[in-house]
Amino acid sequence: MLNMKNVSKIYRTDTVETHALREFSLTVEEGEFVSVTGPSGSGKTTFLNIAGLLEDLSDGTYELDGRDISKLNDKERSRVRNEKIGFIFQSFNLIPELNIFDNVDVPLRYRGFNAAERKRRIEQSIEMVGLGSRMQHLPAQLSGGQQQRVAIARALAGEPRFLLADEPTGNLDSQMADSVLDLLAEINAAGTTIIMVTHELGLADRARRNIFVRDGQVSDNAPELHLASMAAG
Amino acid sequence: MFRYYLKLGTLSIRANPMLSALMVAAIAVGIGACMTIFTVRHVMSGNPIESKNDQLYHVQVDNWNPDDPYDEPDGAPVQVTYVDAKALFDAGRAFRQTTSFKTSRVVQPDGEDARPYQEDARATTADFFPMFEVPFLYGAAWDRSSDETQDHVVVLSRELNEKLYGGEDSVGRTLMLNDAAYRVSGVLDTWNPVPKYYDVNNNPFEAPAQLFLPFSLAIASGFDNNGNTSCWKPIEEGSGREGFLASECIWIQMWVELQNASAKQDYMDFLNAYVEEQKLLGRFPRPLNNHLRTPEEWMKYNEVVDEDVDVLLGLAILFLVVCLLNTIGLLLAKAMRRAKDTSLRRALGASRAELFKQHVIEAGMIGVAGGALGVVMTWFGLRGIENIFIEYEFIQHLVRMDWSMVALAVVLAIASALGAALYPTWRTCNITPASHLRLQ
Repeated sequence: MLNMKNVSKIYRTDTVETHALREFSLTVEEGEFVSVTGPSGSGKTTFLNIAGLLEDLSDGTYELDGRDISKLNDKERSRVRNEKIGFIFQSFNLIPELNIFDNVDVPLRYRGFNAAERKRRIEQSIEMVGLGSRMQHLPAQLSGGQQQRVAIARALAGEPRFLLADEPTGNLDSQMADSVLDLLAEINAAGTTIIMVTHELGLADRARRNIFVRDGQVSDNAPELHLASMAAG
Repeated sequence: MFRYYLKLGTLSIRANPMLSALMVAAIAVGIGACMTIFTVRHVMSGNPIESKNDQLYHVQVDNWNPDDPYDEPDGAPVQVTYVDAKALFDAGRAFRQTTSFKTSRVVQPDGEDARPYQEDARATTADFFPMFEVPFLYGAAWDRSSDETQDHVVVLSRELNEKLYGGEDSVGRTLMLNDAAYRVSGVLDTWNPVPKYYDVNNNPFEAPAQLFLPFSLAIASGFDNNGNTSCWKPIEEGSGREGFLASECIWIQMWVELQNASAKQDYMDFLNAYVEEQKLLGRFPRPLNNHLRTPEEWMKYNEVVDEDVDVLLGLAILFLVVCLLNTIGLLLAKAMRRAKDTSLRRALGASRAELFKQHVIEAGMIGVAGGALGVVMTWFGLRGIENIFIEYEFIQHLVRMDWSMVALAVVLAIASALGAALYPTWRTCNITPASHLRLQ
């Protein structure tokens, strides 16, 4: 499904060249739940941005569902993001002036669904995350955990093939974090591929496969705890 | 998606009320300044008889001083002498022709208590009315025969008819002017061409005459000319009125109606032949310098639109540009503030084209609001000009804002807002989505 080969990402300024990813290679199969861990600055978010078509790669190849992403124009990349990928961010990234219903509606608008179809999908996904009674609430009227659930509903409303989650529980307390991870596991069990970036090794244990990133590359030298969980998985 | 973007635009304006208000105000002030001057210029440069512009011609013949042209370097006089006016009129070589001059009469209303008062009048010929498409409310102009028989007939303006007869059909009634009885032959409907193209030498923006009387009667009765008179040769001493009429003084406006290019050429040939004939009589010492000018050419020739107005308009446009530069700055600030929202929409599937549409529609909404407020500002601007020049009666004709100006103000405001939004929108659409999504 997702296949990166020797992907490099270099950020350049007038005087400095920063290699965020170096010959990064990874394959993720359909239905997997993969966690990506690594120290701060290791390149895991850069990987996620490239995987989600939010950034261009500098070198290498990236195929998604067999299509070479580097050959797509802006409109095609936008369509791929809209139809195949769902995003969950650490800071939820809900639009404060839109209510829950309208927040979940955003990606569906760009999809071109008619009003009835959008309504059906929005209600279904909000019900799924347990916030059916809060559709007209503004984000500021919800707790952090509820806001993240709305973000998940928004990501799921378009029925994407895979979810990219960037520190999805980073702003939540442990109880809420657990409930969000339970939800992600449930979504994965239903067939959606999930790639979750986290710096917390404990959370990574919830995934079925763990990738450790160091210095912009997939590393074989994962920390002790992590290796143990990999063996268990 | 258009309705969706309208909704997003409304939400964005509500979410940033101060920035939005500043943008609307910047556009409105610029549009107001620009449109105020443009409206005045528009009225000044209009052609009220555009439909007949290629049929009406002002007549110029150069009877002026051989050593000192009327207007450097070789401009012909802008009016004609009585001698030439009468000769050219009597020749009757045009489809229609009219000679006229500005005068005045003392109106003596009916009723013992009514006090007489002076009104502006125009001495002219019967063709004046059909030539210039003057609308009649009641009756009609006098016959062409009255141009010769010096009948005591008069055409009243609608305003004067309301004043004298309460707006009733006064055709056939007798009106006393300077102790002479006149029969009312017609009453004009509202007619106020701005500029007053048929006589631009005597303030092209003053109100039209209230009374219209036969030219021949005015000459025979010795009506004074209230317009400009220019002479290059002294009038024979002691020759009185007859001497003035026979002089080389110019004071009469002459127009002809010629139906096609061939008729125009024929009339020009006739004018040239006339001047050549006059040269044999010792007149017209200058080289042949005759002209037939359309109303549009005539107004341009006489610089009806003062150069100062164009300078003012240029300054007003510069002011609008400054206002738009401020708007660009404000839009950039707003775009930076909304970078996270934009990045999020990109991540959720919005293409650059969709984002461009969204922001352009929002800018258009700002433009509509700026345009609406700009119309109000323009109205205040025009009232300001009216108050500054309140002692000049003609100013009220220059500060009229018609629907075309209102529409132009709004269109200009929208275009300005869209123009100002181009760079900020381009910047917004090129935001790398990943750059703002991790911000807390």
